[in-house]
Amino acid sequence: MSDDLEDLYQDIILDHNRRPRNSRELPGRTHFAEGLNPLCGDEVTVNLLLAGSKIQDITFQGQGCAISQASASLMTEILKGLDLMDMRKQAEIVQKLLTSEDEFPDALFEFGNLAALSGVRKFPARIKCATLAWHTLEAALAGKSSISTEDSL
Amino acid sequence: MPTLPFDLQKVRGDFPILSTLVRRKPLCYLDNAASTQKPKAVIDRLVKFYSEENANVHRGVHHLGELATDAYLGARETVAKFLNSPSAKQILFTRGTTESINLVASSWGRANLKEGDEILISGMEHHANIVPWQMVAGKTGAVVKVIPLNHSAELDLELMDSLITPRTKILAFCHVSNSLGTINPAKALIAKAKERGITTLLDGAQGAPHLGADVQDLDCDFYAFSGHKTYGPTGIGVLYGKAEILENMPPYQGGGDMIQRVTFEKSSFKGIPERFEAGTPNIAGAAGLGAAIDYLSQFDPKEIHAHESKLLEYAAERLSALPGLTLHSKAKNRAAVVSFTLGGIHPHDIATILDREGVAIRAGNHCTQPLMKSLGVPATARASFALYNTKEEVDTLVSAIIKTQDLFA
Repeated sequence: MSDDLEDLYQDIILDHNRRPRNSRELPGRTHFAEGLNPLCGDEVTVNLLLAGSKIQDITFQGQGCAISQASASLMTEILKGLDLMDMRKQAEIVQKLLTSEDEFPDALFEFGNLAALSGVRKFPARIKCATLAWHTLEAALAGKSSISTEDSL
Repeated sequence: MPTLPFDLQKVRGDFPILSTLVRRKPLCYLDNAASTQKPKAVIDRLVKFYSEENANVHRGVHHLGELATDAYLGARETVAKFLNSPSAKQILFTRGTTESINLVASSWGRANLKEGDEILISGMEHHANIVPWQMVAGKTGAVVKVIPLNHSAELDLELMDSLITPRTKILAFCHVSNSLGTINPAKALIAKAKERGITTLLDGAQGAPHLGADVQDLDCDFYAFSGHKTYGPTGIGVLYGKAEILENMPPYQGGGDMIQRVTFEKSSFKGIPERFEAGTPNIAGAAGLGAAIDYLSQFDPKEIHAHESKLLEYAAERLSALPGLTLHSKAKNRAAVVSFTLGGIHPHDIATILDREGVAIRAGNHCTQPLMKSLGVPATARASFALYNTKEEVDTLVSAIIKTQDLFA
């Protein structure tokens, strides 16, 4: 197996794909949106329960590849309990992890489990899989009910 | 042209890209239903056109204008012979199958469909044979009806009978399913439609490269196919139509080349095929498609079909033996495509891992979202074969799938 593949399918990714966290409905949700990647058929719904600016609960539902499922699962795990300011910081980290040309050998540990997404960078065709849940979250907060990876984001 | 014996190693040598390495592994190209590779004869034809013959068609009185026009019209003759069209003027060049179907839906559809008329398509159609009909239905008030599939991924012909009504105006379906490889009994379906005076369109995008087509024998009113899935260049496709139907259809696009006389008040149009070819056509593409057909015509189609069938059978047998693998291509009569899913592993993950082994397959909904829905899967992995694929490549595919299963175990 190539190193790139091992970077892409790290244990954390495989684990979150196998046992997705917070994959459930969210009764009483205050925000939600559906995200669709029409190129591969991946679908994810992100549900939020916001109390003031605090993310009291966040869940996702849907189906897709290991990368999109694990990314959604990791997202909910990391964001639960954060306020929106910190949420934005995490979203920026993910964006950087997925698109930056730089390597982050020393800084990676700061990103915690999110660092597991860094392997996606070497697979340009798969970046949209990893960003789907995050874009859907942004749409939910912006009051849009659905987004597509093929819309201009 | 005399028929050459089908020599697989020699055929592979004719396709330069097949000897390249992908990620340091020999390329194992099994995405032929998306696009086939090109033989050197086609590549050389494009180079020759642009090096020695390039000019616009139908207008130059100069030498190159004549050469370009000859190349373009010669290609039309070659396609006509390939489809056994009664004449070359019934061959329209388009950008591909999609544009061919859009041309029919837009031109024939708007002239012939009224509110309440019915357009009958099948449950295994590519979006290219669904969306244009929905668009013209929206404009005319016609309705789109769908022939469902049975449990063997074949069209349910009994249900089809009940879907044909006096309002059915056109039956449009694929010769071969791009997602499953199912070969539809085109001739029988067309005969059934003819009895009721229903116009017929055959989407031959997967049919032309694997089965060929005899439009007179099929008796279809329209036949569409793409150059790039038939070993030719991208951006060139074909629409065949019966002469009396094409002659009565209004233009699809307006512009140069398709007119007789233009004033600012009104214009009059040329006959077929020019009326449907506004603007400078894809001249080199047409010449390249002609070269692809010439290449294919060297061989006995029965030998190609026998080779592809053997590969398909071998692939189905090896894949079915893998634990956790579901084969979705299960029609009795199939061509060149195996669609499958692996329990718990998404097709995109399969395709990514296979790619690192040099194996190119397609993962996704294959532009057939309604079909995926009826199969109850969001997506499938699809390996599709061409005349140059080998048994060893099927083995490479199977080993790569086993690696995928190991990684996800």
